[in-house]
Amino acid sequence: MIQVSHLSKLYGPRRAIEDLNFDVKAGEIVGFLGPNGAGKSTTMKIITGFMPASEGTVTVGGHDVAKNPIAVKREIGYLPENPPLYMEMRVREYLEFAAKIHGVPNKNVKSAVDWALEKTHITDVAHRITGNLSKGYKQRVGIAQALVHRPKVLILDEPTVGLDPKQIIEIRELIKSLGGEHTIILSSHILPEVTATCGRIIVINRGRIAAEDTMDGLTLKLKKGIVFSVLVKDPRADGIEKVKSISGIHQVSTVGNKLVVQVKPDQGELRDQIAAAVVGSGMGLLELTAERVSLEEIFLQLTTEEERTA
Amino acid sequence: MTFRLRPVLTIAKRDLKSYFTSPMAYVIMSGFLFIMGFMFFSTLEYFNSSNMQAQQFGGKSMSLTDGIIRPLYGNMNVILLFICPAITMRLFAEERKNQTIQILMTAPITLDEMIVGKFLSAVFFVGTLMLATLVYPAILFFVGNPEIGPLFTCLLGTMLLASSLISMGVFFSATTESQIVAMILTLVTTLFFWLISWASYSAGPVWSDVLGHLSLINHFNNFGQGMIHSSDVIFFLSFIFLGLFLTHRVLDSYRWR
Ligand SMILES: Nc1ncnc2c1ncn2[C@@H]1O[C@H](COP(=O)(O)OP(=O)(O)OP(=O)(O)O)[C@@H](O)[C@H]1O
Ligand SMILES: [Mg+2]
Repeated sequence: MIQVSHLSKLYGPRRAIEDLNFDVKAGEIVGFLGPNGAGKSTTMKIITGFMPASEGTVTVGGHDVAKNPIAVKREIGYLPENPPLYMEMRVREYLEFAAKIHGVPNKNVKSAVDWALEKTHITDVAHRITGNLSKGYKQRVGIAQALVHRPKVLILDEPTVGLDPKQIIEIRELIKSLGGEHTIILSSHILPEVTATCGRIIVINRGRIAAEDTMDGLTLKLKKGIVFSVLVKDPRADGIEKVKSISGIHQVSTVGNKLVVQVKPDQGELRDQIAAAVVGSGMGLLELTAERVSLEEIFLQLTTEEERTA
Repeated sequence: MTFRLRPVLTIAKRDLKSYFTSPMAYVIMSGFLFIMGFMFFSTLEYFNSSNMQAQQFGGKSMSLTDGIIRPLYGNMNVILLFICPAITMRLFAEERKNQTIQILMTAPITLDEMIVGKFLSAVFFVGTLMLATLVYPAILFFVGNPEIGPLFTCLLGTMLLASSLISMGVFFSATTESQIVAMILTLVTTLFFWLISWASYSAGPVWSDVLGHLSLINHFNNFGQGMIHSSDVIFFLSFIFLGLFLTHRVLDSYRWR
């Protein structure tokens, strides 16, 4: 649905992003993760056609943004960093304007607006002046504005900024429910945000892609060999030896009736072999789970690694 | 290049609506109507007394057209020179400041549609002002028998002149985030194009023609006399086009920033 290749942007002499390459498939939810100033917003502004790239191309639904901006803009709903609200307008009026300007036919405008109001839970403030709303509600009006014409692609720049915890959960649920039907890119520097909603994560740091994978994939890559924790009924020495003897296992240690099994890098998962060894030695398998690294750790690791090589 | 009416009107309508939720629109409207009313009644007064004198002393009396309608619209042009920059200043500057320009720039509309929409919103507003001031000529129809032709050409000329001022205002509004800066730049520039004919009096023979031709107010004179010259119409239309064209360039480079 979205192809980005060799994308660079210079603000004057300053390079904001450099040689970004990635694809987003239809129906995917992809998260841009990166610290302040990483280039997330810049990338989004280029994808939406708000800003031209210095180098490289972006295509959305087969249309090149630089060559056919109107066709691309028709497919996209965009929530900028600061929601672009006309403070003097009433919420419903504003959404009607957003719908019309995005080409929703007159006869469908009302139902489109009702739908967007409902989806973002702002039906009860529809008649109020936008400028008088609280920050969280303004943010939701911004999201409603991006949704109102039911675009194929949603570009949401930090969609949950300024929301209270309950609203954050609501908006995350909303975003997840929109995936599949819509292709979504959202940005955040809040880690749980991307883990909670995105199928795939693109970590951007200093204008470059530092990592790109699913949550599980990133975990795998980072740990350079996974760690399994295995709960058993009876942690016997001969059983532990049997697990150790599987080729590709780095280390096994025990904590009570839990075995911590460290796999060597690039050995694949070995989940089946471990399970077979545990069951075969009669220790009694209760539970076998891959230990996840938190994305916080990934993030820290990725960005510090980047710094070391830079 | 696509150019569709619907996005143009959607933008024009939103702008007008927003304008009427601000006190600015009412301040300008009432100020304009007050001054025009004052001018109308003082011209009427002057017209009556000078015609009475003409009757007493056997001079030539003035027609309603020469005595009232033409000076009325001549004066209106001067007031519009000051009012138009205040009407146009917010058009793009405010959107840039509040970043609402992002919703316009990422919607499936062209820059041309956006610019013409903004331009038309201001033209509609001035058109409304002028409709309101038609009460004064209407009064003349009750008391006398003014010619309809010159009234029509005065209206047309004023509208073209105002549209030229507006297009310059749209341009300067697009160059800055500050409404005040936009207003002052517009006023200075349009005033310059107004007064440029003064320089023509002292310039050499060729330059005096050129400068005279560039003067905004000179091109109204024929309309004031009840005549529509294609050269005047072309001048105003070119002026409008130039302003809108420059706006396009400015907004295009704004995106590159
Ligand atoms: N208009 C601009 N002119 C000059 N430099 C800019 C401009 N906009 C952004 N930059 C620079 O480009 C880089 C990337 O900025 P960008 O806004 O894309 O980061 P971001 O990842 O969205 O950060 P944040 O998480 O703070 O929103 C930063 O170094 C920023 O200072
Ligand atoms: Mg940002």
